[in-house]
Amino acid sequence: MPTLESALVISNNQVSSHMFEMELAAPQIVPFCEPGQFVHLRVNSLNDPLLRRPLSLYDVDKKRGTITLLYKVVGKGTTSLAQLHADEYVDVMGPLGRPFSYPPAGQWAILVGGGVGIAPLLYLARRLKEKNYPVRVLYGTQSSSELVALDRFRQLGVQTVAATMDGEADYQGLVTDLLYQQLSGQEVEYLYTCGPEPMMAEVAEYARQYGLNGEVSLEEHMACGVGACLGCARKLKDSDEGYVKVCKDGPVFGLYEVELDLAPR
Amino acid sequence: MPNQPLKPDKVDMSVNLGGLQMKNPVCTASGTFGYGSEYIDYFDPALLGAVIVKGTTMEPRAGNPPPRIVETPAGMLNAIGLENPGVEAFISQYMPELRAQGVTVVANIAGNTLEEYGQLAQRLDHVEGIAALELNISCPNVKQGGLQFGTDPDMVYQVVNMVKSNTQLPVIPKLSPNVTDIVAIASAAQEGGADALAMINTLMGMAVDIDRCRPTLANIFGGLSGPAIKPVALRMIYQVYQQVKLPILGGGGIVSVRDALEFMMVGASAVSIGTGIFVDPYLPCQVIDGLQEYAAQHGLASIKELVGAAHQE
Ligand SMILES: Cc1cc2nc3c(=O)[nH]c(=O)nc-3n(C[C@H](O)[C@H](O)[C@H](O)COP(=O)(O)OP(=O)(O)OC[C@H]3O[C@@H](n4cnc5c(N)ncnc54)[C@H](O)[C@@H]3O)c2cc1C
Ligand SMILES: Cc1cc2nc3c(=O)[nH]c(=O)nc-3n(C[C@H](O)[C@H](O)[C@H](O)COP(=O)(O)O)c2cc1C
Ligand code: FES
Repeated sequence: MPTLESALVISNNQVSSHMFEMELAAPQIVPFCEPGQFVHLRVNSLNDPLLRRPLSLYDVDKKRGTITLLYKVVGKGTTSLAQLHADEYVDVMGPLGRPFSYPPAGQWAILVGGGVGIAPLLYLARRLKEKNYPVRVLYGTQSSSELVALDRFRQLGVQTVAATMDGEADYQGLVTDLLYQQLSGQEVEYLYTCGPEPMMAEVAEYARQYGLNGEVSLEEHMACGVGACLGCARKLKDSDEGYVKVCKDGPVFGLYEVELDLAPR
Repeated sequence: MPNQPLKPDKVDMSVNLGGLQMKNPVCTASGTFGYGSEYIDYFDPALLGAVIVKGTTMEPRAGNPPPRIVETPAGMLNAIGLENPGVEAFISQYMPELRAQGVTVVANIAGNTLEEYGQLAQRLDHVEGIAALELNISCPNVKQGGLQFGTDPDMVYQVVNMVKSNTQLPVIPKLSPNVTDIVAIASAAQEGGADALAMINTLMGMAVDIDRCRPTLANIFGGLSGPAIKPVALRMIYQVYQQVKLPILGGGGIVSVRDALEFMMVGASAVSIGTGIFVDPYLPCQVIDGLQEYAAQHGLASIKELVGAAHQE
């Protein structure tokens, strides 16, 4: 059951020029956390910024009762979050939203993450690994200094290939080009993707070409986070009417379920 | 208010808003609390004075394309476009659960024409569990070239009158602040037969996305809510309280107990909380408790004694 908890900041460390990793003690929220879900944070108690900020579960440690978030500083809310120190408290609602599902038996889980979109895929990889699914991670960023999650994936013991534009990682170029290159044709892949929308649209196109299935994790501006305000609407594919709520019906959707935006927002 | 302090449980929190009987003066605002069950993990909606459910239209509405919301300084803009399943689905899909939970339900209705308001009122009149009708009159009148019902005193009179003649329920028109003379509008609603007034709905505004060089909202304009509109709401309620003798359901930007007290002091008999719930889902319960404590500390045997207190010489 989702709940609201005043969570103790265990650590809040800068991991790249714009990214932070924050571990929170949230013992009431932790037992219910599934990969793909998110938490809704009130970044301070000043009502400035006013609304909560949604962040994916990057990792969950059920034994320690902690959740870890990976966030990129992009505006007022994330700037305020970055100023939190260990031993301070932050108000967290969660876990919210529809989680990822597991692949059909015998299929490989292929996780394609771009930039900070890698966040929900780490906890997913952990759970897939626990359930003995074969997992491969394709992780793309602009430069190798932004590959902040790479070590964590490798510690999990999942096969991880990194693509950057600067040529200082395993592959030089787009992670979606890497996807085509990695295709072995011998195993059936179940795709999970999160990142910039043009990237996810490309992954969906790849899946369509090879008749594969999978899931995407979407972002939309949110107010309530619980399905009450109808603010986070997205259009269903091939439908003239009818919107879905990213916070409640998602943020995870079937790869072919929603329209993906090719132009960057 | 020099009275002796009381124990909080000695304060009578009940209010009667033009025939809408509530156990306390705190409601959740239409469109911000869904159909009462969305926040069930956080608190029991039956604790509220009333739940004002999402605006209902005759036919289902898909709503506006995204982006539908944008945060602004001390507030937010929304252009949801009245997404709702239509009155029949509201009655069959949502009312049973609301009844089972023992929630005091206020339906919020929105029409495209005068006649639709009448039809909606009639359809909801004998639905068990609905305690009152709130009229969203910030809707474009299709037959009058899209002019908002709520901006013209004559149309306000007609809408209220139409609804009144189609229902036994208390009728609470929700006034739009996007007008020059709020007292004229409130008076027209009173003449039309309103039992109480809800004020205020959102203020029309917009935001610009400089990266795309476009209005941020797909609908271009949206309704501003949250703390940014509180001073406007207080001023309008103060004015109307002096001129119009109808109980007022006040709201617009309430994010604390203190805010709710301000609304009651300028003349609101009850308060509605909207955007504040997004910030803190526990806020409605905190406001109920906080109002009770305040009244107790000031020795008020009834919360009603706070209403309009700021008007005393
Ligand atoms: C389900 C979900 C999971 C997310 N997970 C992560 C994550 O793990 N790590 C991470 O860095 N970011 C994540 N995001 C994006 C993150 O919510 C935004 O970057 C953040 O809200 C920006 O806030 P700001 O005040 O710093 O930026 P501003 O641009 O100042 O924010 C202004 C408003 O726009 C909203 N907003 C801005 N960008 C986004 C966005 N991309 N998505 C949704 N709302 C946005 C804000 O919430 C706020 O209401 C996620 C978004 C969603 C919907
Ligand atoms: C997302 C959202 C949806 C809303 N939907 C409705 C609606 O359907 N009908 C209505 O009368 N008012 C609607 N409102 C207005 C609120 O009920 C309330 O009057 C307004 O937001 C001001 O109060 P607040 O500042 O406490 O939110 C909506 C407001 C928001 C933020
Ligand atoms: S954020 Fe309110 S419905 Fe999704």
